[in-house]
Amino acid sequence: MKQFTTFLKKEFAHVLRDRKTLLILFGMPIMQILIFGFALTNEVKNSKIIVVDYAKDMASQNIITKIEASRYFEIEKAMMSAKEIEASFQQGIIKMAVVFPPDFNKDLLHQSTAQIQVIADASDPNTANTLTNYVSSIVQDYQRDLDKTSLLPYRIEPQTRMLYNPQLKGVHNFVPGVIALVLMLVCVMMTAVSIVREKEMGTMEILLVSPFKPIMVMVSKAIPYLILSLINVTTILLLSVFVLRVPVNGSIFLLFAESTLFIITCLTLGIFISVKTNSQQVAMLISLMGMLLPTILFSGFMFPIENMPKALQIFSNVVPAKWFYIIVRDIMIKGVGLSEIWKETLVLIGITLFLMAVSLKNFKIRLE
Amino acid sequence: MDAVVVQDLIKIYGKDDVRAVDNVSFSVKPGELFGLIGPDGAGKTSIFRMLTTLLLPDGGSATVDGYDIVKDYKYIRNTVGYMPGRFSLYQDLTIEENLTFFATVFGTSIEENYHLIKDIYVQIERFKDRRAGKLSGGMKQKLALCCALIHKPTVLFLDEPTTGVDPVSRKEFWEMLKRLKQEGITIVVSTPYMDEATMCDRIALIQSGKILSIERPEVIVNAYADQLYAVKADHMYSLLKALNRFDHTINSYAYGEYAHASFRGPATEHEVVEFLTSQGLANIEMHRIAPTIEDCFIKLLKNS
Repeated sequence: MKQFTTFLKKEFAHVLRDRKTLLILFGMPIMQILIFGFALTNEVKNSKIIVVDYAKDMASQNIITKIEASRYFEIEKAMMSAKEIEASFQQGIIKMAVVFPPDFNKDLLHQSTAQIQVIADASDPNTANTLTNYVSSIVQDYQRDLDKTSLLPYRIEPQTRMLYNPQLKGVHNFVPGVIALVLMLVCVMMTAVSIVREKEMGTMEILLVSPFKPIMVMVSKAIPYLILSLINVTTILLLSVFVLRVPVNGSIFLLFAESTLFIITCLTLGIFISVKTNSQQVAMLISLMGMLLPTILFSGFMFPIENMPKALQIFSNVVPAKWFYIIVRDIMIKGVGLSEIWKETLVLIGITLFLMAVSLKNFKIRLE
Repeated sequence: MDAVVVQDLIKIYGKDDVRAVDNVSFSVKPGELFGLIGPDGAGKTSIFRMLTTLLLPDGGSATVDGYDIVKDYKYIRNTVGYMPGRFSLYQDLTIEENLTFFATVFGTSIEENYHLIKDIYVQIERFKDRRAGKLSGGMKQKLALCCALIHKPTVLFLDEPTTGVDPVSRKEFWEMLKRLKQEGITIVVSTPYMDEATMCDRIALIQSGKILSIERPEVIVNAYADQLYAVKADHMYSLLKALNRFDHTINSYAYGEYAHASFRGPATEHEVVEFLTSQGLANIEMHRIAPTIEDCFIKLLKNS
């Protein structure tokens, strides 16, 4: 035990004394979340939309005024045919079109129900989602106002159409993706380098000629990065909740528990790379090319897995980030509990145990 | 029982089957200061790494403290001290942290074996809060020696401990080894510096993976059969060429500002000088000298 604590102390010293790396490690998640976050929110602000009002009655005018009042939209009123609207979308002039059918007010008063067509350019699904949600809530708001003055419940149904990407697949939310990405970067790359560094610096040569246990070296190398990564997860969550206003709908405790699991997966992956390689450069390259790219490509964070060829879909199953991304997305966005994500959790545990066993088995007790 | 026994040890590298260590056998008695002397690439480090269980031999066998280097590697790792040729401590840890770390890894403490390292440690103690990476070459070596000694090893393996260290520190280092020997620690040391050979109890001269001779240094020197001369002239290069052309030359080579040479029986000093003058050399100076280990090494190389 005393041996283990000295190993641990030494590893903390390595991590904490390398100030530049430490700065990058803490700065990176903040940078990423802000870049991803603001690149997104800026687009939603002042989005160009057109309002096609075939009704030109009191109800439609009231709703339009409400939409105009919002700082999210830059609206233009025009009488366009369906074809002209389509053309505007294709030229990328507008992000959304809101169409009031003729007799909007009449339908509302006589049948208590009326429809608005909301068409959005979903090639940028995040923006499309935000814009349509916003319009829907404005419409609902108006509907509530009406209900107050009347005995009959009114219903205005926004008929939403997502152009180009009707199911909004791919980017549900980037925060889970950034968490996966940052953890992958920090944990895999840093641990991948750590054991190799001992080989390169020659300290492994001395360490081997001592009664140390490989498992002790591995665990003590992993723990500082585990703590560091948990701090990073906290930063990302704080930023996403308070700066980007992305809520955490599920249990925070569960989210942290799952993050810890994924961090351990990444750490063992890093250690595995470290055990198998002989130079820091190779370890770095493997963790970048071999781990980071698959994380971005196959986690479903940037590109929908469903659209990929079958072979790649099967391959995506061995990418730990894919499972973690599903878990975080489900906890954060859908707010589900462990009962819904136990399968993904089991897969992650399985991958982790497998990597641990393989790393221990491959740990070289000699120089060759 | 001998502290180290090496039997026909072989190490082969790569596809070309380079025999870095070729049938090497020697043994080291307990408490002995044993030197492996040879130029770079002679196979010294490979021997050390096999004895410290870092490499598996491709043939032959060896024991350290009676333990087999392949089967009982765990025991050997517990008992020996090893200082690799390259400085291999944690550069971002301080002197004290490095020492504490290695003491704890071996399940001991600095206090427990302080008497062993005291003489060495006091020289670097005032820098104990300095990071190892910021130390001078000599101080690094002293720290590395402390770390290798802190668990009171029975056998100490030092691979080229004085390479890259200034002459004064080198001398100090050998003094330290002599004191450690008095503590009863067996020391196996390698060096490319021939002049350090005389500090050892026994030396093995090694070249291209083969041992040329194992003896006490003075025996090796005394066994030098020929009379050796130091020759100097105003033009070194022409001198060496001329010596090579001389019929009676056995051996000649540059040695510092002199050329060392030995001659077959009938040639007298006078004849040598005469020959050199006839070759157009001037200011010829020539005198008898006692051979050094290096002279012996060169001669052994030539014979083998």
